[in-house]
Amino acid sequence: MRAEVLVIGAGPAGIAAATAAAENGCKVIVLDDNVTAGGQIWRGATVDSANTQDVAKQRAMERLQRSGAQVLNGRSVFSADASGTVQTLQETASGNVVEQFHFEKLVLATGARERFLPFPGWTLPGVFGAGGLQALVKGGYSVAGKKIVVAGTGPLLLAVATHLAEDGAVISSVLEQATLAQLAPFAASLWTHPAKLVQGARFRVKLWKTPYRAGCWVIEAIAGSGQTLASVRVTDGTRTWTEPCDLLACGYHLVPNTEIAAFLGCAFRESFVQVDSAQRTSLPNVFCAGEPAGIAGLEAALVQGEIAGLACAGRSHASLQRRSAAERAFGDRMEKAFALRAELRSLPRPDTIVCRCEDVPFARLQGHQGWTDAKLQTRCGMGPCQGRICGPAIEQLLGWRPVSIRQPLFPVPLQAFCFPDASENNTTELIKEKA
Amino acid sequence: MKCFDVLIIGAGIVGSAVARECALLGWRVGVIEGGTPAGAATAAGMGHVVVMDDSAAQLALTAFSRSLWRAESTKFPKSVEYEGRGTIWVAADEEEMAEVGTRQKVYEEAGIAASLLTAAELAKQEPNLRHGLAGGLLVPDDGVVYPPAAAAFYLAEAKRLGAEVFYARALSASHKQVRLSDGTELTADRIVLAVGTECDLLPALPIQKRKGHLIITDRYPNFLHHQLVELGYLKSAHKVTDDSVAFNIQPRQTGQLLLGSSRQYGNEQPEAEAEMLRRMIDRAKQYMPALEKLSVLRVWTGFRAATADKLPLIGPAAGLSEDSSLWLAAGFEGLGITNAPGAARLLVDGMLGRESAIDATSYLPIRLTEPARLAHA
Ligand SMILES: Cc1cc2nc3c(=O)[nH]c(=O)nc-3n(C[C@H](O)[C@H](O)[C@H](O)COP(=O)(O)OP(=O)(O)OC[C@H]3O[C@@H](n4cnc5c(N)ncnc54)[C@H](O)[C@@H]3O)c2cc1C
Ligand SMILES: Cc1cc2nc3c(=O)[nH]c(=O)nc-3n(C[C@H](O)[C@H](O)[C@H](O)COP(=O)(O)OP(=O)(O)OC[C@H]3O[C@@H](n4cnc5c(N)ncnc54)[C@H](O)[C@@H]3O)c2cc1C
Repeated sequence: MRAEVLVIGAGPAGIAAATAAAENGCKVIVLDDNVTAGGQIWRGATVDSANTQDVAKQRAMERLQRSGAQVLNGRSVFSADASGTVQTLQETASGNVVEQFHFEKLVLATGARERFLPFPGWTLPGVFGAGGLQALVKGGYSVAGKKIVVAGTGPLLLAVATHLAEDGAVISSVLEQATLAQLAPFAASLWTHPAKLVQGARFRVKLWKTPYRAGCWVIEAIAGSGQTLASVRVTDGTRTWTEPCDLLACGYHLVPNTEIAAFLGCAFRESFVQVDSAQRTSLPNVFCAGEPAGIAGLEAALVQGEIAGLACAGRSHASLQRRSAAERAFGDRMEKAFALRAELRSLPRPDTIVCRCEDVPFARLQGHQGWTDAKLQTRCGMGPCQGRICGPAIEQLLGWRPVSIRQPLFPVPLQAFCFPDASENNTTELIKEKA
Repeated sequence: MKCFDVLIIGAGIVGSAVARECALLGWRVGVIEGGTPAGAATAAGMGHVVVMDDSAAQLALTAFSRSLWRAESTKFPKSVEYEGRGTIWVAADEEEMAEVGTRQKVYEEAGIAASLLTAAELAKQEPNLRHGLAGGLLVPDDGVVYPPAAAAFYLAEAKRLGAEVFYARALSASHKQVRLSDGTELTADRIVLAVGTECDLLPALPIQKRKGHLIITDRYPNFLHHQLVELGYLKSAHKVTDDSVAFNIQPRQTGQLLLGSSRQYGNEQPEAEAEMLRRMIDRAKQYMPALEKLSVLRVWTGFRAATADKLPLIGPAAGLSEDSSLWLAAGFEGLGITNAPGAARLLVDGMLGRESAIDATSYLPIRLTEPARLAHA
């Protein structure tokens, strides 16, 4: 299938990009691996859904629909190359379907994932990622009456705690590893972002009885009988105490999903895809918006997406530059506020598993020349997740930047590579797309 | 300036094996690695330890080197994943089956165990092969290893015996002097180039890059028991012109399957190519249709260091360089894992003027440039 503008990711950034490009006359296709559009925040957002409370979401979805952009859900992009071809896998009742898409312009709006850091006990049943538990609950997992410690770092912790409380969980505490002093300039800056303040107010209403402890972190998760979580050991650097709980929701802020950009050969700025003021990457026909270009939250995703969409359509985006710069500055302050403390690097014990796919303990990662060497000699990062989980952890623990992103992005059936010749011009999908 | 008896440039499996062989003599050994040890072709390869008979010289070297692998197999750490899986050369039709018979005789004469499998025996050994194949040749003493760990084992042994490793690139190497990218200068009586496909230290090295693709699957224990190679593989490996693919599949100790293989000249781009992958998979499915459903974790490419006569360069650089301190251990094409311990032995024999277990003249670099001088050597 051909698209003048192909957008990967239907979160806020992708939705904004697709809408802007389509409203300005481009033929736009949006690919997303979820069953519905919306991304991490707006997941489950359909226009007719009765319980849509969020006005911004509602408006964005309606405008997207009117714009004429075609949204194809349930497609996971597993490979992409700079010649302008993207391949997706779709699991359907009748089997796997591989489709190929050709683009003139591409917008990468693939969002972010949580960062996990290994500590003793982090692999116990009952320990979840913070966003991971939130997603489970959105999918129907019940936490009613469960006693939950929410820990780690980042603004996501409060969002998750609020959501879990709304679903009937008892949040015993929210533990933020950053110190109050570190957080203060960020908190102050929220006054200049009224929308964010409203979100914060909602958290406070839901969690007014829950202690929010800055400068504290979990050092160990402890199993009870039956080898499931019973309590966590917590420290503030001087004192250490135990908090009993049924579940631990623990995440250390976000890491950008930049693998597709790496496949294409886009230039990077540290962990992020390098973009100019038009959200253009180092490849002239590839744009990037939202988290992969810098973790800066919803508003940044929306404005960057719109800029990218307008740039694809050859329209001016000058009027959006001020807002965009302000959101970038907000992102920078957030990055400083939630910078990880050094103590987190010494949490794993020698036998603490770092790579869950290949069962590699921390001790085996010592004494190597770097990530490639450690990977070759220990198999760390060689499993099904290809280092997407342990890679960011190892970067924190040992300072090695993950390297060598290879296709496929996630495990696919062998047959997915047996696609008809990529050079053929006509449509080459295996089955017709479903209505 | 630091002095050594020998400096080895390149810590792939070949350089590492040479380093250990030299350290065993009690020599002062220095190893220089500019990238990640075992991070180049050695990380990309399949790790099939296999006897091959493209030529008499190839048969002699692979058989000799395989015997060294086997002799040491109980000494390796677990990480080397050495397994005496055996190879089955698969014959698709009666014509290939006739070839299998000829091949068995060649192996027999060389003292290599090899037995004929009928169609029914083949199906019993490997139930996931399709029905209707003609049979095969089982070479039971071939093995499978995990090459980066084998190379690391050799290097660790060399270090244990006193070798020193320098993590920097060699910028020049001639007349007993080596200059490193970090400014270090080293000197040694002999310098060994074990540089894989990289020819910048000696541009006269007659080596071409030959690209190969590999595919690794998720874990499927007991799906496969031997390394399977289609009989046509040798033809594919022998070709020097077109791109070719052949069915070649390996069971890993983890239960994963490693699927090869392709050969391309004149393509130095490391990216995996959809077209080559498709051809490889189509070929594999003709032998093992059940593969189609298995899940792929990763695909990658690597470069073999190919020479014109498909034999490695083992010995003094004479013929390519007037510098008598330079030695070569390079050009191993698709057999550098198999041949690393054998090559290390031959190289050191040459340095010591010691007689070798096999005739080493076929591998001397000078054969390519001055065959006449070789006759008098
Ligand atoms: C787990 C998690 C939970 C979060 N919860 C909250 C919250 O409660 N409140 C809050 O304010 N912020 C939350 N955030 C942050 C929020 O996501 C960002 O602030 C912002 O909205 C990001 O928008 P985006 O469009 O850049 O990315 P996203 O909203 O993440 O959208 C990216 C989309 O791309 C899709 N995608 C990625 N890779 C592929 C691929 N290979 N093939 C197909 N599709 C792909 C993803 O599935 C996703 O739908 C959360 C983030 C994460 C990671
Ligand atoms: C797809 C594929 C499948 C294969 N399958 C098999 C198989 O099943 N069985 C088998 O026996 N063989 C196989 N091979 C071949 C085998 O992998 C190689 O022959 C072998 O790894 C070569 O080892 P090496 O040490 O010569 O080279 P390399 O592993 O490439 O090592 C050379 C080293 O030298 C270093 N170097 C180079 N120049 C310098 C310099 N100037 N300064 C410092 N360091 C330098 C490099 O960084 C590198 O680490 C396969 C190869 C490929 C590509």
